[in-house]
Amino acid sequence: MKARLLPIIGNLAVLAAGLAVLFGLPAIGETYLIINSTIFAAFAILALSLALIWGYAGILCFGQAAFFGLGGYTYAVTAINMGDTTVPALLAVLVPALFAALLGYFMFWGRISDVYLGVITLTVSLIFYRFINQTAGEQWNIGDAPLGGFNGIPATPILNWPGRPGEQLAPEEIFGLTVGLLLIVYFLCKALLATSFGRIIVAIRENETRAELLGYDTRVYKLAIFVVGGALAGLSGLLFANSVFVSPTMFSLPVSGQIIIWVIVGGLGTLIGPVIGCILMQFLTNYLGTLSQIKGFGWVDPNLVLGVLLVIFVLVVPKGLTALVSDTWRWSLGFLRRPRATAPPAGERVPNP
Amino acid sequence: MTPLLETRELTMRFGGVVAVDRVAFTLQEAELRCVIGPNGAGKSTFFKCLTGQYRPSSGDVLFRGESVAGIPTHAIARRGVGIKTQVPNVFDGLSARENVWIAANKVAPGSIADKRTDAAMERVGIAGIAQRLVGQLAHGQRQLVELAMVIAPEPDLILLDEPAAGMTDEEVDRLVGLIAELNRRHALVVVEHDMQFIRRIAKTVTVFHQGAVLIEGNVADILTNDQVRDVYLGKQAA
Repeated sequence: MKARLLPIIGNLAVLAAGLAVLFGLPAIGETYLIINSTIFAAFAILALSLALIWGYAGILCFGQAAFFGLGGYTYAVTAINMGDTTVPALLAVLVPALFAALLGYFMFWGRISDVYLGVITLTVSLIFYRFINQTAGEQWNIGDAPLGGFNGIPATPILNWPGRPGEQLAPEEIFGLTVGLLLIVYFLCKALLATSFGRIIVAIRENETRAELLGYDTRVYKLAIFVVGGALAGLSGLLFANSVFVSPTMFSLPVSGQIIIWVIVGGLGTLIGPVIGCILMQFLTNYLGTLSQIKGFGWVDPNLVLGVLLVIFVLVVPKGLTALVSDTWRWSLGFLRRPRATAPPAGERVPNP
Repeated sequence: MTPLLETRELTMRFGGVVAVDRVAFTLQEAELRCVIGPNGAGKSTFFKCLTGQYRPSSGDVLFRGESVAGIPTHAIARRGVGIKTQVPNVFDGLSARENVWIAANKVAPGSIADKRTDAAMERVGIAGIAQRLVGQLAHGQRQLVELAMVIAPEPDLILLDEPAAGMTDEEVDRLVGLIAELNRRHALVVVEHDMQFIRRIAKTVTVFHQGAVLIEGNVADILTNDQVRDVYLGKQAA
């Protein structure tokens, strides 16, 4: 009974925290804070996309940045050409999903092993990076949209209300949309994992051979979850494009690496962990960035600190923050209960995180 | 009558090594067959050709008269073949019940899967460890979990590769009873090299030696056969 109650409390806590941010932050009324939070929330969706396919399906995709950038660029290019942003917003999710379907088809039907899958996905994102980087000049205009080489597209249009091209969303509205979508995506992922499809996905992660011996065509399942991950990364790219603008860095190695760091720091195999990991690491990056501008702290290199932090996490807390918190919680509960003789049986069901 | 399972000239080569050599094997509906042989006789390679884990170099595997040689494992399983591999293949990070549910869900989604899951766990006798993580169970218990996964979809043919390995005497007793009980409804092929175990369950035995079928017959005749004894003791069959 208690084991059933715990996930409900967890979900309510996430919902409450999300709503508090959604309605609380705009009340403070600082535009800088709003825009920064929008970027964090967009990145959190990107973290969820990898949390889903790596943490639950066991597919270590090193190139989520490819779908992220593809979503952003698809949106920017089509929005400049079409005026109204409704269709471009949909395309920003659809195009990365289709690309993930194509890439995934070759990888999963080709029975490529995990390591090579990581290498291929990373290579694909780097190909995009190099390609987009050299698209300066008029020969690279798509319709009215210049790809802009390493400058990206600073004139990335802001979303407008559907069907009303003139009425662009204010930063507060983009913020509301992004945080709202983050909450929706989070709970949709939860719901997806609770379906039989989600349970089979986790089983395939645990033992692909066994799943095949039982009659599951694992390729189909892996492709399906990979496409969902691509679509979510595309959505994240769309929201990022609306809070900053699109540039080749979206495809870059640091972005690919960052997503993996968020998931490791937050906790592989959970959904909330990578979201928390993402937001904490972004805070830290920003803080270190401002710190290094202060006199006397110029030696502080954010990337170096983040790298050290990652190494520490991998060595000391390999299961991530979420597991650290829940283990400590369980340990202290056990410590409090010890005087009483009735310890719970060793095999008590551990609620799914 | 079409046999349930048949191999014709089944051959599996690895480079210059012929692991399975022109094997003709026939299994009737509802039959229980034990496949024995010393280490390296080709039993497990033969098994993997049946389950689609290996694509045979030549020859054919027929299930109910249809060729299944070289088709993917999942497609063979879907035709109603339950497979238990030599090394336990289970979902370590999931509970025992979730393991069996995944198996039942493939053929009977929804609430029927829940019923079949409970029934299969009851039959194998692991209802008591339903909520335990399979990765934390003893080897023998993991074998039983895998067995429950194999029978939960109610397959027509059950292929077991060394099912008794790593089990306690008590668990072996349960397995012996279980195999007899399973054989009332399903055909079985059991690959083993533990002679004690074979003695307790077998009716008809096929003996493998150096990739080929050495002899096939009634268990009592096989176990007293001099040629079989020589092969097991490592003498050269003269």
